[in-house]
Amino acid sequence: MKVLAPVVVGLTALGLWELFVRAGNVASYVLPAPSAIYRELAEDPDIIGKAGLASGTNALIGLIAGVVVALAAALVASRFGALGEISAPVVAAMNALPIIALAPILNNMFESTSSIPRRAVVALVVFFPVFLNTLRGLQRVDPTHQELMDSYAAGPWAFNRHVRLPGALPFFFTGLRQASSLAVIAAVVSEYFGGLQDGLGSRITSAAANTAYPRAWAFVVGACVLGLIFYVCALLIERFSTPWKTV
Amino acid sequence: MIELSGVTKVFNPGRAGEVTAVAAADLTVAAGEFVSLIGPSGCGKSTLLRLIADLVPPSSGTVTVAGKPAARARRDRDYGMVFQKAGLFDWRTVRRNVELPLELRGTGRSERHARAAEMLELVGLSEFASHYPAQLSGGMQQRVSIARALADAPPLLLMDEPFGALDEMTRERLQGELLRICAATGTTVVFVTHSIDEAVFLSGRVAVMSARPGRITDVIDVDLGERTEAVRQAPEYFGYVTAVRQALRGPAAAVPEQAGPAESAPAVRAEK
Repeated sequence: MKVLAPVVVGLTALGLWELFVRAGNVASYVLPAPSAIYRELAEDPDIIGKAGLASGTNALIGLIAGVVVALAAALVASRFGALGEISAPVVAAMNALPIIALAPILNNMFESTSSIPRRAVVALVVFFPVFLNTLRGLQRVDPTHQELMDSYAAGPWAFNRHVRLPGALPFFFTGLRQASSLAVIAAVVSEYFGGLQDGLGSRITSAAANTAYPRAWAFVVGACVLGLIFYVCALLIERFSTPWKTV
Repeated sequence: MIELSGVTKVFNPGRAGEVTAVAAADLTVAAGEFVSLIGPSGCGKSTLLRLIADLVPPSSGTVTVAGKPAARARRDRDYGMVFQKAGLFDWRTVRRNVELPLELRGTGRSERHARAAEMLELVGLSEFASHYPAQLSGGMQQRVSIARALADAPPLLLMDEPFGALDEMTRERLQGELLRICAATGTTVVFVTHSIDEAVFLSGRVAVMSARPGRITDVIDVDLGERTEAVRQAPEYFGYVTAVRQALRGPAAAVPEQAGPAESAPAVRAEK
């Protein structure tokens, strides 16, 4: 039932979509039929796969870099109480900026064949949710746990290892889950602004420019799948790393 | 085991929120004794327990635990502490929660396992060793925290309203278990509670506190022999309950001669 229900809903939606496009004679530049998009997918799955791999690589590298920097920054910020309190609102404000808008500027900083600007955009986008969530987790310590560790005369290292870090883990994973979806969006969208033309984003723009709308949609489907893969992987890592959450 | 002399704790001294939580408290607890601290909310009983635990430094007076200054006793892990909230680590299994104090001490893995198994046996939770705390009821979690406090085999157990959040049935069962465990291990206990019944049933002595400033107004000896469930219905038991209740109401009401319906009215001994 848990699997069946969404599948039925999804298939019904596709059916209605197909019916709507055919019965209404909708032009393909407005909305192509699912069958037309599927034909494009089936015709050349390799191209979509390759483009997906290129965008996926950028997203993954950017994601890892962003997460590593965000973790390090959150640890430093939580280590110095005042720094954590000052940095959280500043970072939250920066999070509201459309970072993706930096893509063209970053593109101009590097050669046109470089993948660095797109990965940098991903890393920047990913940084904020991971930093903010992890910092919140690190700052939140159960007063009973604090007193318990004090009663053991536990030093700061033991306290971090046994209380603070494991306690922050669920918060970190909340950030990682958000970041995993954002990473794919950032990787695809940053390709819209020029640079190397090997990813899903650039394929979508060029297909649309050539009025090959079903084809553009096929690449969009590829981007959806890529986003799902990232999200599910993050979810699986979370389940695996925090087994106490799912018992 | 514990000696408090002239212990005073003032929070926020010299500032707007100045509060004298504990004033000139004197109390001696011998090894193997079970002493309860009882009083209304905000009377400083939890603060007094934390002074013994060296979680809060005294403003004046001295606290001696196991023959040494309280700070030293804490570093030597001379006591185990149980809080109102079980305070288990969600991310550790029951067994690993019990192992925590041993792990912090650097005890080897096989010895930790053996000791944790022994403690879980003692609190009757052996079959839940590999569960996570979230899978246990509140009463079971509190039993795990008792097992954790005893894992290190400390000579002293400090308990801060450990059964306060539990339902009456669970509470009474755990009281019986606690007495059995303490008898088996010979542990000295200081037990903070706001339940008169609980204090009388568990303790050899009940220290009654009054609020603002928090001071020990009476120490009542409770002589009920072996604590079986039958004791809860004994007339002597109700006599002590009445005595403690009167002591709690203040010096004016605490007239020893009127110490309840029991034939053998307990002696009420005023400390001051």
